[in-house]
Amino acid sequence: MGRMKVLAAMSGGVDSAVAAARAVDAGHDVTGVHLALARTPASDRVGSRGCCTLEDARDARRAADVLGIPFYVWDLADRFESEVIDQFVADYSAGRTPNPCVSCNERIKFAAVLDRALALGFDAVVTGHHARLDPDGTLRRSVDLAKDQSYVLGTLRPEQLAAARFPLGDSTKEQVRAEAARRGLGVADKPDSHDICFVASGDTGAWLRERLGPRPGPIVDAGTGETLGEHDGAYAFTVGQRRGLRLGRPAPDGRPRYVLELSPVTSTVTVGPAEALDMRSLVAERIVWPHEGSVSCTAQVRAHGGVVPAMVTARGDELDARLAEPVRGTAAGQAVVFYDGDRVLGGGRIRSLAG
Amino acid sequence: MSPGGWGGRQLPSTDVTYLDHAATTPMRPEAVEAFTAALADAGNASSLHAGGRRARRTVEEARESLAEVLGARPSDVIFTGGGTESDNLAVKGLYWSRRAADPRRRRLLVSAVEHPAVLDTASWLARHQGAVLELLPVDGTGLVAPEVLRAAVGDDPSSVAMISVMWANSEVGTIQPVAELARVAHGCGIPFHTDAVQAFGQVETSFAASGADALTISAHKIGGPVGVGALLVRRGLELEPIAHGGGQERDIRSGTLNTPGVAAFAAAARAARAELPAEQARLAALRDDLVRRVLTEVPGATLNGAPSGPGRLPGNAHLTFPGCEGDSLLMLLDAHGVECSTGSACSAGIARPSHVLLAMGADEAHARGSLRFSLGHGSAARDVDALVAVIGPVVERAARAGELAGLSSRG
Repeated sequence: MGRMKVLAAMSGGVDSAVAAARAVDAGHDVTGVHLALARTPASDRVGSRGCCTLEDARDARRAADVLGIPFYVWDLADRFESEVIDQFVADYSAGRTPNPCVSCNERIKFAAVLDRALALGFDAVVTGHHARLDPDGTLRRSVDLAKDQSYVLGTLRPEQLAAARFPLGDSTKEQVRAEAARRGLGVADKPDSHDICFVASGDTGAWLRERLGPRPGPIVDAGTGETLGEHDGAYAFTVGQRRGLRLGRPAPDGRPRYVLELSPVTSTVTVGPAEALDMRSLVAERIVWPHEGSVSCTAQVRAHGGVVPAMVTARGDELDARLAEPVRGTAAGQAVVFYDGDRVLGGGRIRSLAG
Repeated sequence: MSPGGWGGRQLPSTDVTYLDHAATTPMRPEAVEAFTAALADAGNASSLHAGGRRARRTVEEARESLAEVLGARPSDVIFTGGGTESDNLAVKGLYWSRRAADPRRRRLLVSAVEHPAVLDTASWLARHQGAVLELLPVDGTGLVAPEVLRAAVGDDPSSVAMISVMWANSEVGTIQPVAELARVAHGCGIPFHTDAVQAFGQVETSFAASGADALTISAHKIGGPVGVGALLVRRGLELEPIAHGGGQERDIRSGTLNTPGVAAFAAAARAARAELPAEQARLAALRDDLVRRVLTEVPGATLNGAPSGPGRLPGNAHLTFPGCEGDSLLMLLDAHGVECSTGSACSAGIARPSHVLLAMGADEAHARGSLRFSLGHGSAARDVDALVAVIGPVVERAARAGELAGLSSRG
C-alpha cells in the first residue's frame, strides 16, 4: 500500500497510540484525532472506565506529540448520545441486552468519524482494535485470542471495513505494551479499559434506574407461574443472572434459579433452572451476511466468549442459526458473529432465541 | 513576515502562515532584550540591599513606562500574572469591596461577549458569593450601546456592585464605546472595569481618557512574555485582594514581582506604542485586503462584527463559512501551514460554538462555521496570499464534511 493520508483515532490508550505509531512508520501521512464522546467529560479516569475523560484526551495528545503528528479533538458527544446512549437505554427498556461498543463501532467510529474523515480528504481510518483485516477485506481474529476484538467489529459492512486499518492484529497485547514503552509512549502501562465508558459508576442498573425510573413488577417462576418476589425494574436484570434476585425462599428442588426472560411490557422477570437458559437456535436481524444457502461455521454470542458450531441460513434481511451445542445466558439485543476458523463471515443482532 | 521581527517566540518553520496574533503574538526583539538582561541580574524587588534596589528600579521604570504609554499614573499600575488574573482581581475585588461597604450591592452588569476570564468569574460570584449576574445584551455587531447599559442599571443603581465591558472583543474585534459606557456608570456612581487585553497595542488606549476605574492588559498579546499582565486601578478605588501574602502591589496583589517579565512588558509596550499609528493603518489595509480576497474566493462567506473602520480592531477578520464546521476548516488550513482560530475551545480542545456569536444573534450552525484570522506585528501581504491560495478548496472540502454533519449551506 502506498503512502496514504490516514486519520488515527486515538482514545488515549496504549493500543491506539501504537496503531498510530505503526501507521507513521509505514510512511503514511497520519493525523491523530481524539473523539470526545462525553457531553461533560470528567477530568480524571476512574478505574478501568474511560476513553472519555480529559485525562484520556491529554494522554492521546501526548502520544501524538511523541509521534510528531498533528492532533485534534472531534466533538461527537451529540452523535454518541443519540446513536449509542439513547439506543442503549431504549434496548434495556425493551428487554434487550445491548452491546454499546458494537453500536459505537457501527455508528460512530466507522460511520460518523469515517465519513467525516473521507470527506475531509483522508484515505483511511486507523484504530487500535485487536483484529486483522486482509487486503481483500476479510476480517480475522487477532493473533492474541484473549484480546481479540473481531466480535465488536463483526457487524461492520464491507464498505465500512474498506477504509479501516487495524495495524495491531498481528501482535499480542504484551507486544503492543512493550512497543509502546520502547517508543517512549507514556501510556505503555495504562490499564486496559473495559466496562461501559459512559456509565461512570460502573453500576449499569443504578445508571438505568436514574434514566428510566422505577418500573416495579413480579419475579415469576417459569415452571409454576408462581410469583416469587418483586423487583424495581426489569432493566436492572440480565438474562443468565443468578445473584441479586433476592427471592425470599429457595426453589422447591433446592437448585439455584436464573433470570430466563425479561418482559418489559408487563415488567415481568421470569426465573428458572440453569438448563432453561440453554439456547439451541437464534434469529438475527440487521445482518451483514454476504453468503448464499446454508453455511456451516461457528458462532460467538458475546465479547469474551467461546464459539459453538452453527448452521446459518439467511432469510431475507434476517438469518437463522442452529447451534450444535447450546449457548447459555444469551439475550436478545446482543451481537452474534459467525466465524470460519479465524475468519469473520458476518453477523447481526440477536432478535430471538429458542431452546 | 520578516524572520528578524519574531524575536524570542519562534514560529515552528518559515513556511507557516501565522494568522493567530490575537491568541499570542511573537515577542518583540526589544522585549527579549529587556527580558534577558533582567534575567541575568538577580534580585528581589522587595529586598533592601543593592541587588534588590536594582530590581526595584527596573520594576518602577517599567511601571512608569507602561503608565506613560497608557495615559495613567505609575501608581495606577498593579502588575499581575496575566490578563486572567487581572480580570479576576477586578471583578471579584470590586464585588467584594463594594458589597462589604453596602450589602445591597449584589448586581454584576457584564457584557454577554466578555472573555471567560470575566464571564466565568462573574458567574462564579453568582453561584457562590451571592452575586446577581446580569448579562448586557449586544447588537448584531457585538456592541453594547450606552442606552442598553443605562436601561440595565435601571432605577436602582445602588444595587449594582460593578460593571465590566471589554474594550475590544477578542473574537470579532468590535470596539466598544468605552468612554461613553464609563460615563453612564459614573453617572450612576458605579465603578467600571474594562478588559483591554485585545485593544492594547492595536488601538489607542488611554486609561485617563477612557474614564474606566480599572483596566486589564496582558503582555503576551503585544509582543511581551506570557505570564505577565497588569490591572490599572484608579487611585482611591478599593479592591479586595484575591490572593494574600506580602502585599507587594499596593496591598492589592501579593507575590514577588516578576522583574524580567515586567521589564519586557514595558519594552514591548513602548515598541508597540512607537509604531502604533502607522501599524494600525497598515494592519487595517492588510485586513481589508484579506477579507475582500477571501470573500472573492468564497462568495458565501460573511464578515462578522463591525464593518472595517474605527469600530473594529485593525488586525481582526472574523468570517463565517456557511455549511462548514470551524474545526474542519482549522484542521485543513493547519495542514496547509495556515494557523488561525475557531474562537473558543474548551479545556479538552473541542471547538465550541462561540458565545460571542450566539450573543450577537447568530444560530448555532453559523457560530460553528466561523474562523478568526488575526494579524499583528510581522504580518505581511504574503500571509494573506498564502491564505487566499488555499481557502477556496479548503472551504469546499469542509463543506462536504459539513453536509454529513447535517449542516445546511444556508447563511
